[in-house]
Amino acid sequence: GEKAASEKKPAEKAPSKKKPAEKKPAEQKTSQKEGGEKKKKVRKHHASRNPVLARGIGRYSRSAMYARKALYKRKYTAPETKIEKKKKEKPRATITKPVGGDKNGGSRVVKIRKMPRYYPTEDVPRKLLSHGKKPFCQHKRRLRASITPGTVLILLTGRHRGKRVVFLKQLATGLLLVTGPLVINRVPLRRAHQKFVIATSTKVDISGVKIPKHLTDAYFKKKKLRKPKHQEGEIFDTEKEKYELTEQRKSDQKAVDSQILARIKQVPQLRGYLRSTFCLSNGVYPHKLVF
Amino acid sequence: VFKRFVEIGRVAFISFGPHAGKLVAIVDVIDQNRALVDGPCSGVRRQAMPFKCMQLTDFVLKFPHSARQKCVRLAWEKENINEKWAATRWAKKIEAREKKAKMTDFDRYKVMKAKKMRNRIIKHEMKKLQKMSSKKGKKPEKSEKVKKAQK
Repeated sequence: GEKAASEKKPAEKAPSKKKPAEKKPAEQKTSQKEGGEKKKKVRKHHASRNPVLARGIGRYSRSAMYARKALYKRKYTAPETKIEKKKKEKPRATITKPVGGDKNGGSRVVKIRKMPRYYPTEDVPRKLLSHGKKPFCQHKRRLRASITPGTVLILLTGRHRGKRVVFLKQLATGLLLVTGPLVINRVPLRRAHQKFVIATSTKVDISGVKIPKHLTDAYFKKKKLRKPKHQEGEIFDTEKEKYELTEQRKSDQKAVDSQILARIKQVPQLRGYLRSTFCLSNGVYPHKLVF
Repeated sequence: VFKRFVEIGRVAFISFGPHAGKLVAIVDVIDQNRALVDGPCSGVRRQAMPFKCMQLTDFVLKFPHSARQKCVRLAWEKENINEKWAATRWAKKIEAREKKAKMTDFDRYKVMKAKKMRNRIIKHEMKKLQKMSSKKGKKPEKSEKVKKAQK
C-alpha cells in the first residue's frame, strides 16, 4: 500500500515535473502572447478610483486623485514631427553690419526682426470700405435644387422664349449651358440665365454624356472688334453685328447632340414635348401650375 | 326631397378642417350642431364634430348609438365601406381632381396629345356618318339613331 503509494508519488511527480517543465515554455509563450496582445488591445479600464460620497462629490481631491491614478508616470508628449525637428534650427536673430565713418566703430549689431514702431489704439483694425466686396470672378455661384443635369427647362426670355430645352451644366460664371437639341427645336448650344428659366420636373438621363471641356464662357462670349485707330465716323461699321456660324460650333453641336438624342428617343413622346412651346391660355395660372 | 339623413351609422365625408377628405361614421348626436363621430378605418379619432363640415354619403352602418370603436370598426369592415367608397363616382371625381392638380408640364403635353387624337377619331367618324346621311338622303332616321348610339 505505502510502497505503491510512494511509488505512485514519484511516478506522479515525474510526469508532473515534466509537465510544469513543458508548461513553462508554453506558459511563457502564452504569457508573452497575452502580454503582446494586451499591449495591442486596449487595456481594460479601471473603475473610478474616486468613490462617490454624494452626487457630484468625490471622496478624494484633485491632487489626491492625481497620485491615485499615478498620472505622475503617465505624462505623454506627442511624437516629434519632422517639421518640429527642422524647426529646432532657430533662425538668426541679429546680424552685424559694417558702418561707415571714421569714429563709428566699424560695425553695428542690428536686429533682423525689429519691434513694431507703432501700436494702434484699437485692437481690431478698421475694415476697408471694400471689405467683403469680391470681384465678379470670385462670387459664389448658386444653382437651384430643381435644376440638375438633364432637366428640361422652359426658356422665358430671348429669341427662344417658350421653348423647352435640355440643361447640360452650369458654367463658371453661373450661366446654364443648354441645348435644344438643335434638330428638335433649333436651339443650339447656348447659355441661359437661371433666373429666366422655369425648371420642369422632367429629367433626361444624361449620366454618360461627355460635354467637351472647351465649352466655357469665353467660347460663348460675344466678340467685340475695337481698333481705336479709326476716329469717329467709321467705328460703327467695323464692329461685328452679325453672328457668324463657325465650323467649330457645328461640330461641337453635333458631338453633344448625338449623345443626347439617343437618350431622348428612349423616352416616349419626349421628342414631341421638346418640339412644342410653352404658352399660357385662359384659366391657366402659373402660380397654380405644377411644373 | 331629402334622401340622406343624419342617423346613427351614417357615413359622412369630412369636407374641411384638419381631417378633410376622410370618411367617418356618426355614432351619436350631441346637440343641434355637433355629432359624436368615429373613423376607425380612416384614421379619425372618436371626437365631436360639427355637422357643417360633414357631407353625408349613401352608406349607413348598423350599430347601436354610442357603440364603442371596436363595434364601429367591425360594422365598417363588414360593409367594406372603404372599397365601396373608392368605387363611387364621388371618390373618383376627387381622385381625378387631385391627379389633375399634380400634372407636370410633360403630363399636360401628353394629355393634350391624347385629347387631340381622340377628338380627331371622333370627328372622323362623325364626318363619315354625315357623309353617309347626306349621300343616302333616303335614310335620315337610321343615321340619327346611329349618332345617338355614338354619343
